Amino acid sequence: MSRNKKNLMSGTHFMLGNHAIVEGALAAGCDFFAGYPITPANEISQYMSQRMPKTGGVFFQGEDELCSVYALSGASLSGAKAMTATASAGFNYMQEGIGYAVASEIPMVIVDVMRCRGENYATQSDVMQMRWGASGDHEHIVLAPSSVQELFDFTVRAFNLAEKYRTPVIVMSETTISLMREKLVIPEAGELEIVNRKKPDVPPEEFMPFRAPEDQAPPLPSFGDGYRILHSLNPHDEKGGIAWDPDVFEKLYHRITNKVRANYDDIVRVDDFFLDDAEIALVTYGSETRPARQAVRIAREKGIKAGVLKLETVWPVPEKHLEELSKKVRKILTVEMNIGKYAGEVERVCGKNCEVGRVLKNRGEIHTTTEVLNAIEEAAK
Amino acid sequence: MKKHPLWKYLRKNALPHFFCPGCGAAQVLNFFLKAADETQLDFDNFVGIGGVGCAARIPVYMNAESLHGVHGRTIPWATGIKLHKPELKVVIFAGDGDASAIGGGHLIHACRRNLDAVMIVVNNLTFGMTGGQMAPTTPKNMKSATTPYGNAEEPFDICKLAETAGATYVARWTTAKPKNAKNAIKEALDHKGFSLVEIITQCPTNFGRRALSTGSGVQCVEWIKNNSVTLKKAETMTPEELESKFVLGTFVKKERPVFRGSSVC
Repeated sequence: MSRNKKNLMSGTHFMLGNHAIVEGALAAGCDFFAGYPITPANEISQYMSQRMPKTGGVFFQGEDELCSVYALSGASLSGAKAMTATASAGFNYMQEGIGYAVASEIPMVIVDVMRCRGENYATQSDVMQMRWGASGDHEHIVLAPSSVQELFDFTVRAFNLAEKYRTPVIVMSETTISLMREKLVIPEAGELEIVNRKKPDVPPEEFMPFRAPEDQAPPLPSFGDGYRILHSLNPHDEKGGIAWDPDVFEKLYHRITNKVRANYDDIVRVDDFFLDDAEIALVTYGSETRPARQAVRIAREKGIKAGVLKLETVWPVPEKHLEELSKKVRKILTVEMNIGKYAGEVERVCGKNCEVGRVLKNRGEIHTTTEVLNAIEEAAK
Repeated sequence: MKKHPLWKYLRKNALPHFFCPGCGAAQVLNFFLKAADETQLDFDNFVGIGGVGCAARIPVYMNAESLHGVHGRTIPWATGIKLHKPELKVVIFAGDGDASAIGGGHLIHACRRNLDAVMIVVNNLTFGMTGGQMAPTTPKNMKSATTPYGNAEEPFDICKLAETAGATYVARWTTAKPKNAKNAIKEALDHKGFSLVEIITQCPTNFGRRALSTGSGVQCVEWIKNNSVTLKKAETMTPEELESKFVLGTFVKKERPVFRGSSVC
């Protein structure tokens, strides 16, 4: 498929979050989309069905989520940059195909617009499903945007990370931001950093398709390049052969997980907000960053030294950043929209160095600024 | 020493194969490689797909791009490949479980869309790899690991299912008819559109021992042979006479535009 770059957007727009994801994907070079209808991700597939044919890619509506996520594997191994979009319940079904993509090291991007069960609630209840939903051992890269602009930016980054590390990368969106319209600035095509997967630099007879340094992914040729690789879910040796061998198993899964763990500095991003002199730090992610920041602004006006650590990468856990923070502040509060899930991770890393607490809301609504402010004031007492 | 003429198509590091003595899946590998050889299939532009199960191992043994190891998702893989790179030849090797149980939902949609891929259904009438449980294809009243008193379910006719759902090439043969099976695969390889070739195969280890009271591959093939009739002969038989018979032949061969994506402008 030849890409039609003429039809890529640039400039300033007032855009729906779900549409910003689509433009981000296209800007990153996405040329294959497969998905199954589910609210509140429908605007992604509907807009993709308009945009993809105009930019030279393929739009495919699978008969279910399983078909969609496996179609990504087939397309990606054929050379495509492939994406799907779904929402909580649909994300359940996709876990099987995500596990396969981990095992066979297939780049792809999955967007989950979290909605809880059944309805389009404001929620962050999938944050653990993101990490642990797939069978088998894995380290996932999960990005958590908090605005329409970040839906665009993080989708581009998700493709770059997927290509670089040959692994599925998940964009964790939420009803709050996916269904919101905001200002979006799309850079000119040449201004964005775009990463493409490495191809082998040796002929097929010399190529070991699953051999790489323990912190890297191997190069990936496309179907039709003549490399004739077996891509099996089963534990496989460096040649790709199915091997019933504990050493092969251990080595493969060490590299598959380590290529994410060892590249913490490249993968993990956080954003500091008034943390320099903070005594109380809010740790949060996604749309909850918005009320958290506003509450901190007001707290500062009231003389409370509060700040926010926004986790732009939620998986792997930004442990170095959290630990450093925990040595500087008196108390850390995790702010999230669920029964308290990611808080466990924050407390695991920070609990030995400072006081910890939780600001939770699990009723289908985002925190109000006042609710977060009240929690800060309580902690400041 | 003279090499077997099909040796060049095998993936050497995957051998020896793991099929039981007398298994029909290894015959299907043979039929396919002969058909590929006779049609001069370009192995650099070919992807062999297997799911999970005994038949799913067939593409593992071929020196080709291969996908393997997920139960029932062969068609979704094929769809992604064909939509992005239509010039590749894609052949799916699915057991009856892959094709009509866990992957049955995908099968009807590939037929409906006329996905340009070949699907060889290696139908051994049971879940062989997991120990001989009842499959959607196990004949009524037959014993299996999960139907110790005889199968209480009605089996699927996979060819009828594919025909009804819109496949553009549909044929059924058996391991007792190797030439016909190979020729059907050749026709499927030459056909543009969704081509389904069902091959009834013997599973002496599990179907044979549990349903036919024999672990002999030869006796299992004889049972298949004795229960098969050609399409021509079937036309002269009553529905009662055709009960639990395998009808063999080409059921569909027609042209229809192939699938290029859900939104095309």
